[in-house]
Amino acid sequence: MHALVVLRILGLVVMLFACCMLLPLGLSMALGDAALSAHARSVLITLVAGAALWGLTRRAAGELQIRDGFLLVALVWTTLPAFATLPLLLYMPGLSFTNAYFEAVSGLTASGGTVLSGLDQLPPSINLWRGFMIWLGGMGVIVLAVAILPLLGVGGSQIFKAETPGPMKDTKLTPRIAETAKGLWLVYFALTGLCLLAYRWAGMSWLDAQMHAFTTMGLGGFSTHDASFAYWNSPKVEAVAITFMMIAAVNFATHFLAWRRLSLAPYRRDPEAGVYALVLVGSVCGIALYLYLTGVYSDPWSALRFAAFNVVSVATTTGYANADYNAWPIFAPLWMLFLCSFVSCSGSTGSGMKMIRAQILCKQIFRELLRIIHPRLQRPVKLSGMVIENRIVLAVLAYVFVYVSCIVFCTLLLAATGLDLLTAFSAAVASINNTGPGLGQVGPLSTYAVLSDVQIWVCSFLMLLGRLELMTLLVVMTPAFWRK
Amino acid sequence: MKIVILGAGQVGASVAESLVSEQNDITVVDIDPARLRALQDRLDLRTVTGSASHPSVLAAAGIDDADLLIAVTQQDETNLVACKIASLLFNVPRRIARVRATDYLSDEKVLGPDGFEVDLMICPEQVLTDYIVKLVEFPEALQVLDFADGKVSLVAVRAYQGGPLVGHPIRELRSHIPNIDARIVAIFRKDTAVVPDGDTVIEAGDEVFCLASAQNIRRVMIELRRMDNPVKRVMIAGGGNIGQRLSQALAADYSVRVIEHNKRRCELLAATLEGVLVLNGDATDEELLEEENVAEMDLFVAVTNDDENNIMSSLLAKRMGARRVVSLINRKSYVDLVQGAQLDVAISPAQATIGRLLAHVRRGDVVAVHSLRRGAAEALEAIVHGDRESCRVTGRRIEEIDLPPGARIGAIVRGDEVLMAHHDTQILAEDHVIVFVTDKKTLPKVERLFQVGARFL
Repeated sequence: MHALVVLRILGLVVMLFACCMLLPLGLSMALGDAALSAHARSVLITLVAGAALWGLTRRAAGELQIRDGFLLVALVWTTLPAFATLPLLLYMPGLSFTNAYFEAVSGLTASGGTVLSGLDQLPPSINLWRGFMIWLGGMGVIVLAVAILPLLGVGGSQIFKAETPGPMKDTKLTPRIAETAKGLWLVYFALTGLCLLAYRWAGMSWLDAQMHAFTTMGLGGFSTHDASFAYWNSPKVEAVAITFMMIAAVNFATHFLAWRRLSLAPYRRDPEAGVYALVLVGSVCGIALYLYLTGVYSDPWSALRFAAFNVVSVATTTGYANADYNAWPIFAPLWMLFLCSFVSCSGSTGSGMKMIRAQILCKQIFRELLRIIHPRLQRPVKLSGMVIENRIVLAVLAYVFVYVSCIVFCTLLLAATGLDLLTAFSAAVASINNTGPGLGQVGPLSTYAVLSDVQIWVCSFLMLLGRLELMTLLVVMTPAFWRK
Repeated sequence: MKIVILGAGQVGASVAESLVSEQNDITVVDIDPARLRALQDRLDLRTVTGSASHPSVLAAAGIDDADLLIAVTQQDETNLVACKIASLLFNVPRRIARVRATDYLSDEKVLGPDGFEVDLMICPEQVLTDYIVKLVEFPEALQVLDFADGKVSLVAVRAYQGGPLVGHPIRELRSHIPNIDARIVAIFRKDTAVVPDGDTVIEAGDEVFCLASAQNIRRVMIELRRMDNPVKRVMIAGGGNIGQRLSQALAADYSVRVIEHNKRRCELLAATLEGVLVLNGDATDEELLEEENVAEMDLFVAVTNDDENNIMSSLLAKRMGARRVVSLINRKSYVDLVQGAQLDVAISPAQATIGRLLAHVRRGDVVAVHSLRRGAAEALEAIVHGDRESCRVTGRRIEEIDLPPGARIGAIVRGDEVLMAHHDTQILAEDHVIVFVTDKKTLPKVERLFQVGARFL
């Protein structure tokens, strides 16, 4: 293992991150808001820290290996949030590091759960930084999921790494990672730009539109208002949000292909997109009907409006709200939480165990059932006509097992530290799925500030775990990883 | 005619066998001397050992003055290259190749004059698959053949007690089904051909060959036997080339199970087939058949490449309650042994598949030749050319045509119209005429009838 080389690269990434911090600094200068010095000092500290790290290790040489890759990914995702806390800590001296780190992790993992309240009174540059973190996180996640994780041998996209020819062979978009990343970012940029214009058209101010375009495309869910989308109370704004949330939860590689070929065929051949749309639209209709029948909303139109916005928001792991779904009959929010654990497609900015794993899991279950009836049956798990190797099916089973274990274990941990069951469970689920708001005390209208320090750390850890597809982070924690 | 046949496998051997009897000079090329020796011992032909696509081997086989090249080795690539070389170096006028992979057919340029220069492409597996698919569609039939792009069908049915026409003379067919034009062209009674006329009485157990337009087949069959329920569940023993194609063809409309003993092959099948249950095991394994409910199967098809296996598994399936069993049997003696007695239909791959190929060898403009009764009789589709002067068929009424004994004109397809032959039907140029020949020896005479005389050329 080449720890020094990893640190050198980390130094570079931190310096790059310092450059990203120039954006809120620039806004702060332009508007002359109160956070100017906080931003300036953050940039300086981050830059110096990155440069120091790089300077100390710049002589280190050696080829990066797969193990180094895991270490680098884990370090980047745990270190950057620490630097990202700086503008918040420096501007709000009352904020504890624990809470600031939670906020930063929530941003960079594109979760959207917050510990801050009084968002409307925050300087625009601080809010922009929060949104920008989510956008950066989303960008990192796309490349992580599409380009880097397959290289390391984990993650949803790896399923299609098999060299079998077939509909998915063009998933590897270009021969080189750098090219792939550029292509994906281009799509991400373009969609963010569109989203910004659409929000502006729907009636947001430029600043709000920018901030929400960031958080929508990253499927993060930070808002500039405590009331989240209820602030605008406008079906037009919500329709824009729903559209772009649904776009952002589809594999960006598919968007890229569709864009380059100017055809919709890639969506049809994408094994996830169809089922994804079906599950989402079906759930929206079902929940709307349920809300109408249980009398939560007396007219079908508003039942549909609130169901559509909140179901899409939670299911795509965004976490906006325009209604207090905490107050809905318990089935609806639980179903939404259930959705967020698998609806997002692999290679999107959404999180959770991803649609593709859910599909493989279902097919595997179906196969086992058939095997009971036909003991000599030969039947591979297939997606879009492509055979999924048994090795991968087993990996998916292991993943799902770890995923469920993490939820159960952390729910117990949160309950042991004094939370009620609903809050503990929903916080664990919402954190590991990078959704943001949960239910109970951490519902859409409240914040995570009610949690104790230990509970906050548990949630931060879960968010990182979920974002890095569990295995990436867990493997670094195994003794075998550190053995020479 | 001088013919070079590449490949002495099942297809090559049976092609050679059929052509030898028609007085052609045949040279067979194969890489395996043992196979060639077996062939040479049996038939009057020349053999050359060597790689079939090498120019030197082809030259040694006397391809220089060959009229026809039939490339039917196991490898598509060998066949294609041989055709190309035969045309490029030796100017062989006609080239037939066996091509299995459908990928080569995706663009006609590949096999066309600028490509591998193949005049006729044949795929025995596909022909057999079509044959069996027909039997699934018409489970009461012994064989169903299409002529003139499917406008006319010839169906072979065994007459059973209880069919309205059984025990009655043929002339009553008209009054039974007044709106349908159908024609009984031949009857085989205890393995001998009966030349049918209006007074012939159909007996139970007769194999009746009947021509009708494609949509009327079912109606005609009802006259001869009681109809079974349509097929829903099919079990296929053997997942080789034919098994795979067959399950692919049937998967959409039927519930299909395939039994294959090779594990690797099973994996491949399961990966490529959608909606088919692929089972790993031996088709002669009673337990497996029991487990998979063979008794509930409407059709059991044995298509492994082993005759004994096919026969045994079919017999087993039949005994265990499968409604109808069809078995692929290469050896002629086996066919006569089991067909009719225990197995419902025995298919001889060689006879079933080489019809199209033989048609190409024939004189006259013969579109298709089909072997019936495993070679005892043939049905042939020919296009009529020329006029009254140059051709002995054109412009004449059927009764005027000098057909050899045992040959009958069954139907005429004129454009989109299907006409059942009557004694006074006049044949025009460009008609497709379907002739039924019960005595194979008279076949050359029939073919000569359809040839256009020298004056016309």
